[in-house]
Amino acid sequence: MAQEHKLEIFRGRWKFKSNIEKIWGVLIFLSLITAVEVVLGIYKPDILMHTWLDPLEGGFFATIGNLILSPIVYMKPLNLIFILLTVVKAYYIAWDFMHLRDETGSFRKMIVWTGVFLICYLVFILLQEGGYVFSVYNGEHALIKKDF
Amino acid sequence: MDSTVVSTGTEEKTWGGGNNPLKASYGKMMMWFFIVSDALTFSGFLAAYGFSRFKFINEWPIADEVFTHVPFLHGQELPMIYVAVMTFILIMSSVTMVLAVDAGHHMNKSKVTIYMFLTIIGGAIFLGSQAWEWGTFIKGDYGAVQTKGGNILQFGEYITVDGKETFKRVSIDDIAIAQKSDRIDHERKNGIWFTDEGTLPPYTVDEIYAGLAANENVLVRNQFLDENGHKTILSRAESLKQIKEHGKLVVKGANLQVNEYGTSLFADFFFFITGFHGFHVLSGVILNIIIFFNVVVGTYERRGSYEMVEKVGLYWHFVDLVWVFVFTFFYLV
Repeated sequence: MAQEHKLEIFRGRWKFKSNIEKIWGVLIFLSLITAVEVVLGIYKPDILMHTWLDPLEGGFFATIGNLILSPIVYMKPLNLIFILLTVVKAYYIAWDFMHLRDETGSFRKMIVWTGVFLICYLVFILLQEGGYVFSVYNGEHALIKKDF
Repeated sequence: MDSTVVSTGTEEKTWGGGNNPLKASYGKMMMWFFIVSDALTFSGFLAAYGFSRFKFINEWPIADEVFTHVPFLHGQELPMIYVAVMTFILIMSSVTMVLAVDAGHHMNKSKVTIYMFLTIIGGAIFLGSQAWEWGTFIKGDYGAVQTKGGNILQFGEYITVDGKETFKRVSIDDIAIAQKSDRIDHERKNGIWFTDEGTLPPYTVDEIYAGLAANENVLVRNQFLDENGHKTILSRAESLKQIKEHGKLVVKGANLQVNEYGTSLFADFFFFITGFHGFHVLSGVILNIIIFFNVVVGTYERRGSYEMVEKVGLYWHFVDLVWVFVFTFFYLV
C-alpha cells in the first residue's frame, strides 16, 4: 500500500526529500517548542507575568471589547504563549504524525472542527462559570467563611 | 482487509461496500471517530479542572513548587525538568511509531518489528516515570497543617542567598517537638474488632505548635496568593495564632482527601486526569504489544497490508497529543 505523502511543512517553506526525513524534521520542531516552553516555565520573565492591557471600562462596547480581547485582557502573556505553543504542537502531531495532512480535506475537517467547536464551547461555559463562582465566594458580601 | 470482509459480488457498485467514503478505510475512520470522542472526554476533564481552578484562582497551588523532584537528584529543587523529560520520551516513542507505520507502507517487516519494539519500550519508560511522579507526590515534601476551614498552612523562614532575601520552606520533620499524647492508632486488635482507621498523621498539631513556638525565625504562609502570585507569608504573631486557633490536622503528602500543597481539588484532579491518561498509555502499550507479536508472526505480511499498525499508531499519537495538553495545563499555566 504505497501512499503518497505531502512532504512539506510550514506552508511549503520547509520541504523534505522523504517521509522519514519529514518525521525527524517535525521531531526537531516539536522538541524545540517543548524546550522553549520549559525555559519560559523555569525563568518566568517578569515582562510576561502581568497582563499588558487592563480591562476596558465603560458600557456595552467595553464589555464586548473585553470579550473579544479576553486572551490579552484577562490572561498573563506567558500563559497565552504556553497555550498557543501547545496548539501548535498539537497541530503538528495531528497533521504529520497522525497523517491528517494526507487525508481527504473533508475527512480532516470533520475530525478537527467537530472537536474544536465543542471544546471551545465547553471551555467557555465552564471557565465563565468558574469565574462567576469565584466572584460569589470572594465578593464584598460573600457569606463564605474561610476559617472558623 | 479482504480477508475480513464478506464478498458480495457487488464491490464495484457504490452500494456494494466496495468503495471507501472520504478515501479512508472503515477501520481507520472508526479509530478517528473514537479518538474524537475520547478527545471530548479528556477536554471535559481538563475543562472541569479549569472550572475548579478559576473557582479558587487566588489560592491554587503553584505547580513549580509541587513538582520539583528529579530521580537520583535528592534535595535539589528542579521544577519542570523531569516532566519535560517525560514529554520528550513520549514524543520520541511517537516518532518511532510513525517510523513503524512508514516501514509498514514499504512492507519492511524487520524495520516495523524494531520500531514497534522501541515504541513499546518508550511507553513503558513513560509509565514508570509517571508512577515515580505519583509516588513522589503522594509521599510529599515539607508537610503542612490544615485548618478547620480546609486551608493549608506551610512553614518556612527567611534566609539570605547571594544578598537576596528569600523564603525557604521548612519541613515539619525539622520543627516538630514530640509531646505526650494519648492518641494511638485504632486497630482491630485494640479497639472495636470490626473497624479500624487509616494511618494517623506523623505528628499532632500540638507538636507542630510547640516546634513553631521554639523556632523563633519560622513563619507560616497560607495558600492565598498575593498580586505577584506568591503565597502570603504571615507575621510571627499571626503565624502562632493561626496554628493555635485554626490548626486541625497535620498533612504530609497528598491523597484524595488532603493535600499538603493547597486545595485538595488540585490533588484530586491530578490523580484523576494523569491517572486516566496513564490508563490510556497502558492500554496503548498493550495494544502495541499485541500488534508487535502479530508483526513478528507475519500476520500483516500475509494480509498484504500493515494498516493495523497505522490504526494503533493513531491511538498512540492521540495519547501523546493528550499529554501535550496535560503538560501545559498542569505544569506550565
